[in-house]
Amino acid sequence: MKSLTLELNGSKITYEVEPRETLADFLRERCRLTATHLGCEHGVCGACTVAVDGQATRSCLRLAIMCDGRSVRTLEGLEDDPTMEVLRRHFHQSHALQCGFCTPGMLMMGRDILLRMANPDAVTVRDQLSGQICRCTGYSGIVKAIVAAGRELGEADTSRSESSAQ
Amino acid sequence: MKAAAFDYAVAKTVAEANALLGSNGATTAAIAGGQSLLPMLNLRVALPDLLVDIGRLEELKEIGATPTSIRIGALTTHAAIEDGKLPDDFGGLMQKVASKISYRAVRNHGTIGGSVALADPAADWPGCLLALGAQVRIAGRKGTRSQPIGEFVRGQYSTSLAADEIILGFDVPRPKAALRWGFFKVARKSGAFANSIAFAVSHSRGGPASVVLAAAADRPCLLSSVAERIKAGEESEHALRSVIAKDVAEHVPQNDAYLMRLHTSTVLRAVREVQAK
Repeated sequence: MKSLTLELNGSKITYEVEPRETLADFLRERCRLTATHLGCEHGVCGACTVAVDGQATRSCLRLAIMCDGRSVRTLEGLEDDPTMEVLRRHFHQSHALQCGFCTPGMLMMGRDILLRMANPDAVTVRDQLSGQICRCTGYSGIVKAIVAAGRELGEADTSRSESSAQ
Repeated sequence: MKAAAFDYAVAKTVAEANALLGSNGATTAAIAGGQSLLPMLNLRVALPDLLVDIGRLEELKEIGATPTSIRIGALTTHAAIEDGKLPDDFGGLMQKVASKISYRAVRNHGTIGGSVALADPAADWPGCLLALGAQVRIAGRKGTRSQPIGEFVRGQYSTSLAADEIILGFDVPRPKAALRWGFFKVARKSGAFANSIAFAVSHSRGGPASVVLAAAADRPCLLSSVAERIKAGEESEHALRSVIAKDVAEHVPQNDAYLMRLHTSTVLRAVREVQAK
C-alpha cells in the first residue's frame, strides 16, 4: 500500500491505496463518490470522466497514486459550479438522459467543452463528444442541451462585457 | 478489467528512472500519461512487476527552439500540441495531427514520448515525426544517445529502447521555407485507432519532400517514389495513383484489394492537399 494525498472536491484527503487501483475505483470504493460511473474500464466509453487539475480525465485510465498532490473534481464537487448549473438545467429541459448511466460523464465532458469553447455549434459538440458513449443512443438531446447551455453562457458573457464597457 | 498487482515508484531524476527500469530480474515498465498502458494493465495484456512513473521529470517537459531544430520534450501532451504550445514551424501540421488523436480527455494526459515508445503501428506521432525527419533523444544508464526515428521504431510495438532507457524528447529539424503539408487518416470512428494514415510534406516547390504511410505495415514507411513525384511537380492523378500503388505494394506486400485502395486513397489525398497549398 502507498500513501496518497490529494485535494478532492476542495478538501485535502489522505488514503492508503494499492498501486494498481485506478482513480475511478478509488473514488467509488474508498471515497464512496458514486457519481463517477464505470462502463468499459479501458478508456472507450467516457462514463468515468472527472477533472484532474482542471483537465478532463478518464478516471479508469489514471492510477489513483498518480494523482498524489493533485486536485481532483468529480460531479459531486460541482453542485455550485456556475457552468454546471446551466448545463444541468438544459439537460433537464432537453431530455438529455434516458437511463442516466452515461450522464455524469456527459455532464463532465459537456462542462469541459463549454469551458474551452465559446458557444460551440452542434457539429463541434458532436465531434468533441465522440469519446462519450450513450448506449440508449440519446445523443440528440445531449447535443441539444450542450449547445443550448453554450448559447446561454455566451449571451451571459456578451451582456456582462457590454455592461462593463458602459 | 482490473490490473494485476504491481509495485510503483515515482522517478525523481532521469538517472533514477534508468536505474529503476533496469532493475535486474524484474519486468519493469515506464508510465508517463498512461493512456495506452492503463488499458493494457486493466486488460492484463501488460503485467509489469514494477511501474516507474516518469511523468514528473521536468527535463522531459522542455519545449524550445535552437537555430536548427524544435525540441519537444517527451512529456508534451497531445492536448498541449493541439492548443498550439509548440513553436509552429510546421505550418500547423502537428497541431492538426494532435487534434485528431483519440479524445480530449485522453489527449490531456497522453504524451508524444509515450506514443513513440509504444510504437503502435496505427499511432499518429511515429509517422508524423518520420515525415518531419525527427531525431529521438534517449537516456539510459550508459548516457544519452540520439537516433533518427526511422531507425528507432523497429516494428510493431518494437523500438531500439533498452529496458533501462527512456525517451527524453525529439529534435525536429526546422524547415528553411514555409512547410506545405497534407494529412489524411481513415478511422471507423472519430478517435479510434486508424486503418490508414498518410502524411505528405514538401519543403518549398521543387525542394525536398517526404511521404509517409502509417497504420499499414508493422511500422510507418517512407514512400520515396511518391515523394520524388511531388518534388518533380507531378499533377496527373493517373500517374500519382500508379506510383503510390507501387510504393504501397513494396511496403505492404500481403495487401488485399480493399486495403490497397484504402492506402492509395489516403496517400493520394495527402499528396493533393500538399499540392493545393
